[in-house]
Amino acid sequence: MGVSPDSAAIAVAGLWKIFGSRARKVLDSDDRLLDPAALREKTGCTAAVRDVSFEVRPGEVFVVMGLSGSGKSTLVRCLTRLVEPTAGEIRIGGEDIGAASPTRLREIRRHRVSMVFQHFGLLPHRKVIDNVAYGLEIQGVARTPRHARAAEILSLVGLDGYAEAYPDQLSGGMQQRVGLGRALAVEPQVMLFDEPFSALDPLIRRDMQAEVIRLHREVGKTMVFITHDLSEALKLGERIAIMRAGAIVQLGTAEELVGAPADDYVADFVRDVPRSNVLTLRWLCRDPEPGEPLDGPALPVTTIIKDAVGAASASSRPIRVVAGDELVGVVDRVDLLSFLSGADTGAGARNGTALTRAPRAGT
Amino acid sequence: MSTTAVSTPAGLRLPKWAAPAGVAALFVVAYLVFRGTGTLPHDKEAPQFLAVTDLREWIDDHRNDNPLFLYFLNYIRLFVGSLYDLFQTVMYALGWPGLIGVMGALAWLAGGWRTGTLAIAGVSAFGVLGLWQSSVDTLALVGVAVLLSLAIGIPLGVWAGLSDRARRAITPVLDVMQIMPTFAYLAPLALFFHIGAPAGAIATMIYSIPPAIRITALAISQVSPTAVEASASLGATRWQTLFKVHLPLARPTMALAVNQTIMMALSMVVIANLIAAPGLGGEILGGLSRAQVGIMLPAGVAIVIMAVVLDRTLTAVAHKEPHARIGRGDLAVAGVLAVAGLALIPVLPRTWPENLTVNFVAQVNDAVHWAESNWYAVTTFIKDLVSHSLLNPLQALLTSAPWWLVALAVLTVAWRVSGVRPALTALGCLLAIALLGTWEHAMQTMTTVAVAVLVTLLIGLLLGVAAARSPRFSAVQRPILDAAQTMPAFVYLLPALALFGTTRFTAIFASIIYAVPPVVRLVEDGIKAVPGTVVEAATAAGSTRGQLLWKVQLPMARRAILLAANQGIVMTLAMVVVGGLVGAGALGYDVVVGFSQRTDFGLGLVAGIATVLLGVMLDRITQGADRRPSPRKRKFI
Repeated sequence: MGVSPDSAAIAVAGLWKIFGSRARKVLDSDDRLLDPAALREKTGCTAAVRDVSFEVRPGEVFVVMGLSGSGKSTLVRCLTRLVEPTAGEIRIGGEDIGAASPTRLREIRRHRVSMVFQHFGLLPHRKVIDNVAYGLEIQGVARTPRHARAAEILSLVGLDGYAEAYPDQLSGGMQQRVGLGRALAVEPQVMLFDEPFSALDPLIRRDMQAEVIRLHREVGKTMVFITHDLSEALKLGERIAIMRAGAIVQLGTAEELVGAPADDYVADFVRDVPRSNVLTLRWLCRDPEPGEPLDGPALPVTTIIKDAVGAASASSRPIRVVAGDELVGVVDRVDLLSFLSGADTGAGARNGTALTRAPRAGT
Repeated sequence: MSTTAVSTPAGLRLPKWAAPAGVAALFVVAYLVFRGTGTLPHDKEAPQFLAVTDLREWIDDHRNDNPLFLYFLNYIRLFVGSLYDLFQTVMYALGWPGLIGVMGALAWLAGGWRTGTLAIAGVSAFGVLGLWQSSVDTLALVGVAVLLSLAIGIPLGVWAGLSDRARRAITPVLDVMQIMPTFAYLAPLALFFHIGAPAGAIATMIYSIPPAIRITALAISQVSPTAVEASASLGATRWQTLFKVHLPLARPTMALAVNQTIMMALSMVVIANLIAAPGLGGEILGGLSRAQVGIMLPAGVAIVIMAVVLDRTLTAVAHKEPHARIGRGDLAVAGVLAVAGLALIPVLPRTWPENLTVNFVAQVNDAVHWAESNWYAVTTFIKDLVSHSLLNPLQALLTSAPWWLVALAVLTVAWRVSGVRPALTALGCLLAIALLGTWEHAMQTMTTVAVAVLVTLLIGLLLGVAAARSPRFSAVQRPILDAAQTMPAFVYLLPALALFGTTRFTAIFASIIYAVPPVVRLVEDGIKAVPGTVVEAATAAGSTRGQLLWKVQLPMARRAILLAANQGIVMTLAMVVVGGLVGAGALGYDVVVGFSQRTDFGLGLVAGIATVLLGVMLDRITQGADRRPSPRKRKFI
């Protein structure tokens, strides 16, 4: 996208949101370090977001995951000040959001950042096309061009032929496509998704996730995606931040979260994830033992473990795990089988290390 | 809760009823000892009344040179007056063919052929009843009042719906407005706006504004927060969000606000005739004061028809399919109706043809006479029974007891039922009534209210319980209750007057039939709201139906029943005061006299204030159910 990697699309530093009349006072005292229940007990204030910092790269899909009440919805609303943050800095495309005047903030919401909501927030008295065109209407775009643009968007989100329908005549999944279309129509640089699919049936949810992946490929927007569903997070997120009680407890790729949970909370979260579907050979390979044959098939270090099973069954020789031309390590059938059988979850890996060890660097 | 000073001897267990009984006994003893002392007999020439009468004289003398009047109040009066003239001129210009055509067309657009036909028949009925001009005047007055109510009420409602602080500021004012009897508005308005159509329109507007504000606020606050947030997230300004999200989404509920406002206005517009507002009120009040049912029946019917037509039309608008477009056929019919009506204006006679009217004044009067003479035994028996067994003893009790004992009793009861703050408010109101010099009449009015409420609650509980237990009975009763609740208040005076002539009992009978429907509804809903699982559990434990009712359903519906009592009291008071027109005497009569005799203006105005104080007091005494909906916001919420 022609942007150097260190100019982040979104940069958040030291963000706090405390609800309650004495928010500022809490923030300036040591009370802010109390856990949420104690804080509420003592001051009546609720700390929804606590000292959160992260950066989102241009074009990235960044997922924020947490259980309900963990502050993730508040966090995403702070980004465009739908909820006014108590403290901290937010930059979108380098611009300081906190310092923006109301007019400037409106400009940013109109042209640069748009949002998709859990309960859709469609306007029931307007046709689908007028819902999609709503953002453009707000900007003062004339009727003909905005309808033309909305019609394009409708076919992009797979709603051809529904322009004249009303939202309540559509199914939940289709309603959320309208919500998606409304957010896309203003051609934003950044799209925020607040648990957009959690009100949908599981099957439709899967369709919509595929839809988001497709749209991301086609339009390449920067996306911040809030969810409480781990599988959704793993499916969509290039990087995932796990929130708990208002703070980010771990931020990393799916592989990092599953392979090296930062604490018991995260470990508990990712326990049921089929690890062979997420982890790569990087996590499994070991140094060749003396005399081990090194003429087996070669697989890149980024291969998902599950995908290595085929190669291993085709050849009795240990698989060579390579990064480019360099040998990172080897994996043999026994390694794979003991991993797949779950024997590694304790201290059962063959070389005596649990998988919570650091992965092998492979450049 | 213990306001009782009865001490419990150690080791001796008194039954639960001992404390209240002890207190009651104390009151009885105090009454017997102090009876006849500390009473506050009525004095028609009390200085309080004379001072107000003088104030009126002064205002009348200075209406055209005091700056407050010259630069403010007179302009309001002028503006409202010209608005009324405008409405009236347009309706007169339309004539009867035009008005029938246009109203029919509008109703047809709103609700299809049923509503359209109803409107055509209804508007024609004004002519058939021989009341075309009065009806049009009333319609114009209602139009002006409703327009002003909405013009002020909707913005206030929107504000209250968007801001918690505004809502908290407005709600208590509305609460008091909604327990003010209709009569109380009139005298102060006459003071500021003189009499006539403008004052009548303003009185009607003030009376009908609470539902416009309340329901609009409710409608706005119920708008989906996600839709509002979505709008903000796309960079909409607050005005854009208000006009593109809040108002469109609140529209269906707001149609009900308009409906309720019109219904309230129709109740008030008749009574506004006391300050010389034109329209049907003249016939009705004239008939009432001469006890001539024949004169007021056509006008009463015309008002009911007006209420039904407007109610059905607006209900049709509110209940419309959200995305239904007006069909071509309906549009065509409506167009034809309107054009035909307008085209016929020059063709047909200006006034409603004499030979198309039906006059049944004489027949109605005869029928009433017949009923009076033939049912004399029954009606007199009922009247005398209530008078001798309830009214007279209670009235004697209240008027012969020392004022401080009554105040103490009110304080005790209110404290016990509703808590400290309401009790203190009630006490304050009662003391103010004493200071105003209206004590004796207020006690008389309170007697009437108490008896009426007692009977109302008895009937209401019986019918409500019956409806809650038998779906079939409920199905029969519901439409009757619905119809009863669209009728303007004083319509209920008609049958009462026909049966009982001008007596105190007439007001009681009217207020009973006026207040029973909402009480029945509240009791029925309260009992039905008892969770099915609880009823099932009680039945499974082997309760009889009687045990189920007394031990489960009634106790659990306690809140609803208390609320029913509260509404019953407020509605009864409103009616008993209006009953001053037909022989109820006391405060209501004072108000009426205040309008008819200039020298008694002060008495009338003060009596009006006393009715408000009485209303607030009775409301606070029974306010145990803390979040009560208003008595007049009838059909929903």
